[in-house]
Amino acid sequence: MSEQEQKQESTMSRRRFIRNSGLVAGGLVGGGILGGLIGANMNKDGTATEENAHTNGHDQVAYQQSPLYFTNPETFGILQAAVERIYPKDENGPGANDLDVPFFIDHQLAGSWGNNTREYMQGPFFPGSNFQGYQSPLKRHEVFDVGLAALQTYSNEKFNKPFAELEGEQQDEILTAFEEDKVKLRGVTSRTFFNILRAATIEGVYADPAYAGNKNMEGWKMKDFPGHQMSYINQIESEKFEKIKPNSLHSYTK
Amino acid sequence: MAKTLPKTDAVVVGVGWAGGIIAAELGKQGLKVVGLERGKERGVKDYYVIHDELRYGIRYELMQDLSKETITFRNHGKERALPMRQLGSFLLGEGLGGSGVHWNGHTFRFLPYDFEIKSQTVKKYGESKIKGLQVQDWGITYEEMEPYFYEFEKAAGIGGEEGELGPKRADPYPNPPMKETPITARFKKAAKSLGMKPYHMPSGNMSEAYENQYGAKLAACQYCAFCERFGCEYGAKADPTVAVIPFAKETGNVDIRNFANVTEIIHDGKKATGVRYVDVQTKEEFIQPAEMVILTSYVMNNTRLLLTSKLGRPYNPDTGSGVIGKNYCYQILPGSAGFFDEEQFNTFMGAGALGATVDDYNGDNFDHSDLGFIHGGSISLNQSGYRPIQYNMVPTDTPKWGSKFKENSIKYFTRALSIGTQGASMPVQHNYMDLDPSYKDAYGLPLLRLTYDFTEQDKNLYNYIGKITDQIMKEMGPSKINDRQQLEHYDIVPYQTTHNTGGVIMGAEPETSAVNNYLQMWDAENVFVVGASAFPHNGGYNPTGTVGALAYRAAEGIIKYSKEGGLLA
Repeated sequence: MSEQEQKQESTMSRRRFIRNSGLVAGGLVGGGILGGLIGANMNKDGTATEENAHTNGHDQVAYQQSPLYFTNPETFGILQAAVERIYPKDENGPGANDLDVPFFIDHQLAGSWGNNTREYMQGPFFPGSNFQGYQSPLKRHEVFDVGLAALQTYSNEKFNKPFAELEGEQQDEILTAFEEDKVKLRGVTSRTFFNILRAATIEGVYADPAYAGNKNMEGWKMKDFPGHQMSYINQIESEKFEKIKPNSLHSYTK
Repeated sequence: MAKTLPKTDAVVVGVGWAGGIIAAELGKQGLKVVGLERGKERGVKDYYVIHDELRYGIRYELMQDLSKETITFRNHGKERALPMRQLGSFLLGEGLGGSGVHWNGHTFRFLPYDFEIKSQTVKKYGESKIKGLQVQDWGITYEEMEPYFYEFEKAAGIGGEEGELGPKRADPYPNPPMKETPITARFKKAAKSLGMKPYHMPSGNMSEAYENQYGAKLAACQYCAFCERFGCEYGAKADPTVAVIPFAKETGNVDIRNFANVTEIIHDGKKATGVRYVDVQTKEEFIQPAEMVILTSYVMNNTRLLLTSKLGRPYNPDTGSGVIGKNYCYQILPGSAGFFDEEQFNTFMGAGALGATVDDYNGDNFDHSDLGFIHGGSISLNQSGYRPIQYNMVPTDTPKWGSKFKENSIKYFTRALSIGTQGASMPVQHNYMDLDPSYKDAYGLPLLRLTYDFTEQDKNLYNYIGKITDQIMKEMGPSKINDRQQLEHYDIVPYQTTHNTGGVIMGAEPETSAVNNYLQMWDAENVFVVGASAFPHNGGYNPTGTVGALAYRAAEGIIKYSKEGGLLA
């Protein structure tokens, strides 16, 4: 099978997967259930095209736009909807989904951070005071499992609709309830889940694009942050603001 | 069964600044040194792709692996201490060079007042001024410390200019100050117009290419803004793996073993005979006999190793007697954030120790007669460079997420400046360290338990100095200044500072201190405990300059002890 055919098949199979899962019904909601999952291979009208598999007019596939942790498109859709409310697309620039933040979080959950490998996870576990920090026996990927499922349950109970299909203000209301610790979760507080979700969203907007978010360094461009630069010794004394074209870690090896 | 290795003159536990300096100085004198470092070997060659904020700045790649070892924490003695499961309030180091690899390089000398804080405060304000505070003199004066400070500054290539209100210097800094930028100049102008005396922050980032007394060559800083939490790919930061460890190895007398985690000081109650360590990769156990045992790990591990080895008298918070674990201090950090709607600054450029400082409200440089606290702090504007994940400074009324948060965090990334204080921290009877009764590390040893909360002294200092930082910020001309959060209970979660001190404090009397002014243990004359663990309180500056000076003082003592024996003070 040629590479071209492989690409086509993979795109097609994903389209089938989405269609079969029934998620297409709601169309592109709240930043796009489909938009994120199929990522760059998507037209504005929601159709995937082979041409769009070549992102940015270059003959490259954005291979990073693949889930490595989430296996259930409904769960991934909740994540997409939630991060878009935390960092929305607006007149200031792209939102979390345009920046591939859900893929960033997905990849982080699949690795060391998601599994708390460099953290003390021995028991016994007690809730602790407000000043003693994280005391949940759950690893971060489990916190996301529990938290995203709870967003869906809460949404169905309160609005009789899945989270991803709600209006933005309704989604905000739910996220606020989680942030204010008003929702009871199993093994972790809703505030802890919300705080990790918020932090991970911001990380996905501004981490080096090597980690699959901050697509095309668009997060950095909004902040006028030039990313990785070897030296500012010739500009550090400058009285004027310096607009500098950003570089990513990729520039070390290209 | 542990394998017993051939005896050495000195075994050094932890090879960062203090361990590196002592190994270099002892090796130079022909003493045989074994340096045991639990982390990996590393150096400039390993920082090729260092400009990665997520990996180093947020996920803390260079810091301690807490899955193996952490501390437990509670605010007060009636609470159950729980493990610090994730890094937050402070960032413990790990690996060759220790925290000296990823520090910013702010390198001050503690004030003459610090070394004689109790006697000077009582003399000026009376005994009642220190009521409730467990302050004590350090058993050494600034004048005695001066040459050791200079020795460290030469090793670290410190660039600076003498501040009018800081400690008097016998010699100028070995390097000139860092560059003046529009941001540092703005702070200085504002401070001057308020009658203060600003100067450039003394820097461990090289203002010029430099060669130190050990022949180590350091490059000039490039102001790349990836400094604190990162290693320097240029070798332009004062870092023990660049400045002192290569020389130590070149003496031929220093054998540094990585992945060697010391679990016990072996002793007979009066003297140590060596240490036990585990190779953390192969899990093999070794006994390293030595004439002298020198602890140079961080505050927490210096304290913990003594407690688990049952060496020295553990501190009792109910009576204030005993010494190991006594006088844990932190730092108080009032500051002001200003938002400049009409101006854009190159906030993303910088260097770890690029900044400007005033000492007008530090130590006893101002009258405390009518104030509910002693000491104060150095106030600085530090242009270390903003990075986009960590720096989302927004005006107080901004929501924490959503469109308005996005708008403000983007807008003010290059339009917000902040002034900070290194506020002194005074010891009290109930802030201390001991062993946790239930939680264990990866080797089955009890974790260190930290019991700590802010005091009235801390809150008064915070509120008073905070008004000063507001005044300076206001003078800098921002559109608005943020309200400062109240200082309530100490919280182990948000990053504050890695300036922890105490636990094995120095002093003139064996009853109230653990080590003498050569950092030699009163209760075990061939054991030296070096680091900020020796600070009887924490001063109003970053501590590394004083740690470095104490390492040189200890090195002199260790060499003297190797010839003469006995208690040196």
